[in-house]
Formats: sequence, structure tokens, C-alpha cells
Amino acid sequence: MPVPLHHPVDLLRFSTCGSVDDGKSTLIGRLLYDSKSLMEDQIEALERSADITGGGQINLANLTDGLRAEREQGITIDVAYRYFATPRRKFIIADTPGHVQYTRNMVTGSSSANLSIVLVDARLGVIEQSRRHTCIASLLRIPHLVVAVNKMDLVNWSEERFNEIRDDFEAFLPRLDMKDVKFIPVSALNGDNVVDPSPHTPWYPGPTLLGHLEGVHIGSDWNLADFRLPVQWVNRPNNPKDHSLHDFRGLSGQIAGGIVRVGQPLMVLPSGFSSRVKEIHTPEGRVDEAFCPQSVTIVLEHDIDVSRGDVLVDPSALPGCSQDLHARVCWMHPRPLQAGKKYHLKQSTQSALAIVQSVDHRINITTLDADEESNELAMNDIGEIHLRTSKPIVFDGYANNRLTGSFILVEQGTNATVCAGMLYPPTEIARPEYRDFCI
Amino acid sequence: MTSYYLDHLQYLETEAIHIMREVAAEFERPALLFSGGKDSICLLRLAEKAFRPSDIPMPFLNIDTGHHFPELNEFRDRRAAELGGKLIVRTVEDALAKGIANATPGQVSRNHLQIPTLLAAIEEFQFDCCIGGARRDEEKARAKERFFSFRDSFGQWDPKNQRPEIWNLYNARLNPGENMRVFPLSNWTEMDVWEYIRKEKLEVPKIYFSHPRQCVRRGGQWVPATDLVPPKSGEQVADLIVRVRTIGDIISTGCVESPADNVDDIIAEISIARVTERGSRADDKVSEAAMEDRKKAGYF
Repeated sequence: MPVPLHHPVDLLRFSTCGSVDDGKSTLIGRLLYDSKSLMEDQIEALERSADITGGGQINLANLTDGLRAEREQGITIDVAYRYFATPRRKFIIADTPGHVQYTRNMVTGSSSANLSIVLVDARLGVIEQSRRHTCIASLLRIPHLVVAVNKMDLVNWSEERFNEIRDDFEAFLPRLDMKDVKFIPVSALNGDNVVDPSPHTPWYPGPTLLGHLEGVHIGSDWNLADFRLPVQWVNRPNNPKDHSLHDFRGLSGQIAGGIVRVGQPLMVLPSGFSSRVKEIHTPEGRVDEAFCPQSVTIVLEHDIDVSRGDVLVDPSALPGCSQDLHARVCWMHPRPLQAGKKYHLKQSTQSALAIVQSVDHRINITTLDADEESNELAMNDIGEIHLRTSKPIVFDGYANNRLTGSFILVEQGTNATVCAGMLYPPTEIARPEYRDFCI
Repeated sequence: MTSYYLDHLQYLETEAIHIMREVAAEFERPALLFSGGKDSICLLRLAEKAFRPSDIPMPFLNIDTGHHFPELNEFRDRRAAELGGKLIVRTVEDALAKGIANATPGQVSRNHLQIPTLLAAIEEFQFDCCIGGARRDEEKARAKERFFSFRDSFGQWDPKNQRPEIWNLYNARLNPGENMRVFPLSNWTEMDVWEYIRKEKLEVPKIYFSHPRQCVRRGGQWVPATDLVPPKSGEQVADLIVRVRTIGDIISTGCVESPADNVDDIIAEISIARVTERGSRADDKVSEAAMEDRKKAGYF
């Protein structure tokens, strides 16, 4: 049997979002089917459920609607993850439902995505939902956006209609700070421009949807500028058989930004202790250099006090460090967010208590403008708040770093995750007390 | 491409290690579910990498139905010993004897009896977290499950009320009696698992490779002929060259006819396969919601 070539294949995470009728499930079904990622037993299962419940009609949504309640009610309740691969790339699709908990689901499914697909029905053009979707993608700072103008077959493959929609869309893009937006005319139902190029769009010179997903450059989606290592776990071998390990003390974590090299000076925040990198261990062994988002274990030259929740940073690119945080948040719980309430905060590996100092205003998610002043946020609202934490938090602005600029709030007692937060940049950089301290 | 670049396996590895370390840091009494199957073999390697040069800071737990492939148990015991880990095995047999689990009259399969056995083991050792090797691409109820899957004090999963998971921030908070199941391989596919086995040169039980075996045709697939459910008259029995693609209980695991006797051949076989891995597990075919129902009751 032939052995497939091994060459590096990277991974693209993308989200799709939409309501029932805009063809989202059909589009995903099409991507999976035409890229030969559906298996016979999956197709059989689809056909079986079609005979029983669907009046003989295959429903591609049944592929992603995995829960009994979803099939019973014909709705999608939660984000579903799907996997497929082409020879060029592996893909993770976060398929987020569009109904009731739209915002919450989209934030959950898209927070770590490289790319998001907005579906626009060519007959309807840019509607409120398209704007909402795009605004949330912009808030989450998803690096790449694809606007798939679907059902082109129903507008006779009109180039004018496509251009009209693109112009409408581009009219509100500048305020959103989206750098990479791609427009593609498709018919998910018939498969035009999804995997195979369409004979109906000679006026469209660009790639098919899959072609674009395979080709889009994601190498610079991580922050490789400012080194950050939130310490997850301190690695100290207990009674090692190897005696040279008696004094081993490694700091384990996933690099959340930048590059680190052996010999480089590092600072520990919030304490401000300084040291240098002695050893770097990665899953593939000991190295001289490691980068975001690798999981590493770092050994410092000095035996200084470092524990989970501390952050190792490059002293020439200091983050913020403060008990006062200003953030945009997405509220995800039926009990509203109100000023004065206390929550558990988790940011990178740091945990603290946080009190809501103020709810400043709600954000209109079709324009990103500040809405009316409001002192509470309801489920699926996005707004701006000020928090005060029980101890200093080391952070960056979310725009600069998605990993050190994000946090969640957890309700006390129920332990429900109630909020996703994106921090504004620090107003001043960290000024540790022991700046010059070194053992 | 610059050198500051992770390929898909390196990315999945770094993600899984991050999750393992979150477990070690956030829970007091975690355990790692280790069956000796290919997914848990990857899990074990990731745990080694996450914590080295320290030992893996948690015991291994296996729920033995008594219907395991003997090759699998042999492998499980040997690997655990090689790693110097503490292996805890709790058996369905024992749970039946103690009245923790009750067999359904007339039903031979012990798949569902793993649930009370597992929950009893969790209670016995006061585990607050179990790391498992489940993947989202296996089954569509799993496609909806979180990395950190919260279970209430009855061990139940509530798919309608899962905690949102945003960025890489996992909410590990529990009240007493509650439990977390954590799945570091959530984003891995069957192909990723085999590619990782190849890359890391991991040993897997021999039954994954082509071998001669007497099989009996049942429910549209070949299952091993055993004394547990002897072939009935009229059932087709044949000596075949087979391998298993996924390992469940010996009475319900489908064998596929295959000449693949090394990892490269298995990868080549999967890349042209037209049936999913779980297509060969009778326990999943009971109904469309078979997995969901078991998970709600406390299954892995």
C-alpha cells in the first residue's frame, strides 16, 4: 500500500455562524462531502434518520446536530466541532448555532478561531445578522473573515448583485478594523465555488471557498513580539532516581506571546524578580529557543520565588499589572451582570476575586457604538465594565494579545462561567517594587 | 515558512499538554484513565511530556469489564509498570459481586456496567477529575462536549447546560461531590492519533495489526469468536486475517479484514477508509443517541 507523503500540514480553525435558512449546514455538508470527508456510515446514518423523521429528505444539519434534544426540536443548541483534512491543511470547524444564544455561542465557537465565515443570502443582501456577526468577529479580533455570498443561483449568478453586496459590506468595514476580508460567490446547495470552481462565475477570478481556506496565511496570527509565559505548574521532581534532578525546578506553561532564548533576561511579575533563562524544554526535547504557542518548561539561573499565576516576561517589553481592569465583556448568563457583584476571575493562569466597579454602557452589536447607559448587562449583551481585583493581574490589551488580554468570570456558588472579557490596553506598564532585585 | 511555526501535530500536542498541566495544577486528586487502547497510549505519552522530568503526578485508572481483549490487559499492565505509575483496576465482576452494579437479565454486554463501576471508583478514591482519551470526531454527542466536561454529584453530563469554553481558559471549579472529566485529545482525529503514534514511535497492542483470528458474523460485522458468546448454529464462522480499528469489549468489537501489519500501512488504510472508526462498535449502534445516553448517566 502506498505510504502518504509526510510534509508539514498546519491547522486552521474556523467558525461558521448563521440562522436556520441561510444555508450554513448545507455549506458545511458540502465542504465535508465534496472534500470526501464524510464516511459511508455517516451518510447511511443520515439516510436512516431521513427515512424515519425527515420524510425521505436528507438533512445535512443532522450531521452536526448531535444531541437528542436538537434533533427532536430541529434546532442547534450548542457549538459542534467538525474535523476534516485536505492534503494541504487540517481544519477544525466550530459550527455555531444562530438562534437564541447567538452571541454566547459565537463567542464560544470563535474565540480561538483563525477565520470566520459570514454567510450572506444573495437575495437578502447584508442584513442585521450579517452585521452582528461581523461586529462580533471584529470584537474577538478573528484575524481573517470570509463573506460567502450564498444562493447565487437564485439571483442568476449576477455579478452586479454580488458587487452591490460587497459594496454594502465594505461600507461599514472601515470602523471595524478587520484587516483581511474575502468575498466569494457560492451556491452551497449546488456546490459552486465551494470545493470546485463554478462555471457560472467567469467574472469571479478568486479562489473557491476551500481554496481560500487552504491558502490563507495564518503564520502571523500569534503574537511573536512580546514574550509572556504564564506559569501553569512548577515542576519539581519528587525523589528522582536521577540524582542530578534533585535541584531541578522548572516553570511549565504555554508561551502566550513572543519568543524566548537561552541566556535571555526575564522578569517575574507581579513580584519583579529578575533572572536569566538557563534551560528551555519543549515536548521535542531541550532547545535554545521557543515561541508562542509552544508548551515549555523553563529553568531559570536563579532560585527565585515563582509559582502558578506568576508571569515570566521580557523586561524590555513589559505588560500591564494592575488591580483595576477596564474591559469589553460578553455576558453569558441569565442572571444579569450588575455593579457591586463579586466573581472569580481567571486570566491566563491567574485567579483572583473581582468586584464589578461599574457597568459603563452596553455596546450596540450591529454598529459597535456605545448604546444607552445601562447599569446592568443581560444574557448575550456586550458591554463595557470596570473591575477591581483582589490582587494585581498581569495583562496586555486584547488587541495586542488574545491570550494575555482575555479573561472569564465565574459565579460564586454555582461555579457557572458567566462572562468572557477582553481587556483594554494597560494605561501604564508594570512598575514592580523590586525592579533591581536579583539574588 | 519561518521556523516559528507549529505543524498540526505539534499544535495538538501543545494544546493537550496545556490541558494536562491545568489538571495537575487545578485539581487535588486527578486520575488518568488508561485502557491500553491507542487513544490512551497517546494520552500517556502526552502526560509524560507534560510533566517530565517529574513522574506523571496522578494514578492510572482502568475499569475492566471482564470482557477485555487479553492482549489489551497485558499491554496495560506492562506499560503502567514501565512508567512506574500506580495502576488502579476496578472490575465489573467485583462491582456485580458487591451489588454496586446489577446486570440486566439476558444481556451479555457489560458496556453499560462500566458506569456504576467507574462512579464507585471515583467515590472510593475521591477523584475530582478523570482525564480521558475521548475525541470529538468519534461520535456526534462527543462533538458537542467540552474539554473540561462537568459532571454533577450523580456523575451526570448535562449537554444542554455546559460551561462555555473561551480561549484557553478552563473553568475547573467544583463543589464537593462534583467531578470533572477532561479530554485533552478532543481536537484529535483518528488519523492524528496514528500519525502521533508513528511520530513518537509508540508501541501499541498487537491486535491493532493484522493477525489471524476466528471470527463470527454478527450484526453485519465480524466479531471475535469467544466462549463468552459462542457461535450459534447458523452463524457464519471464518478464520480471517483481521485487525481491530477501535477496541471495545471483545464480544462487540468489529474486526476488519486487513493486511496492515505496521503503522504506515494503517495510516494508508485510514486515509482511504470510507467508514468511520466507531462504525465497528456495536455498542454505539443501539440508537442514534446511544453515546449521549451513556454519557448523561456518567459514562467516560
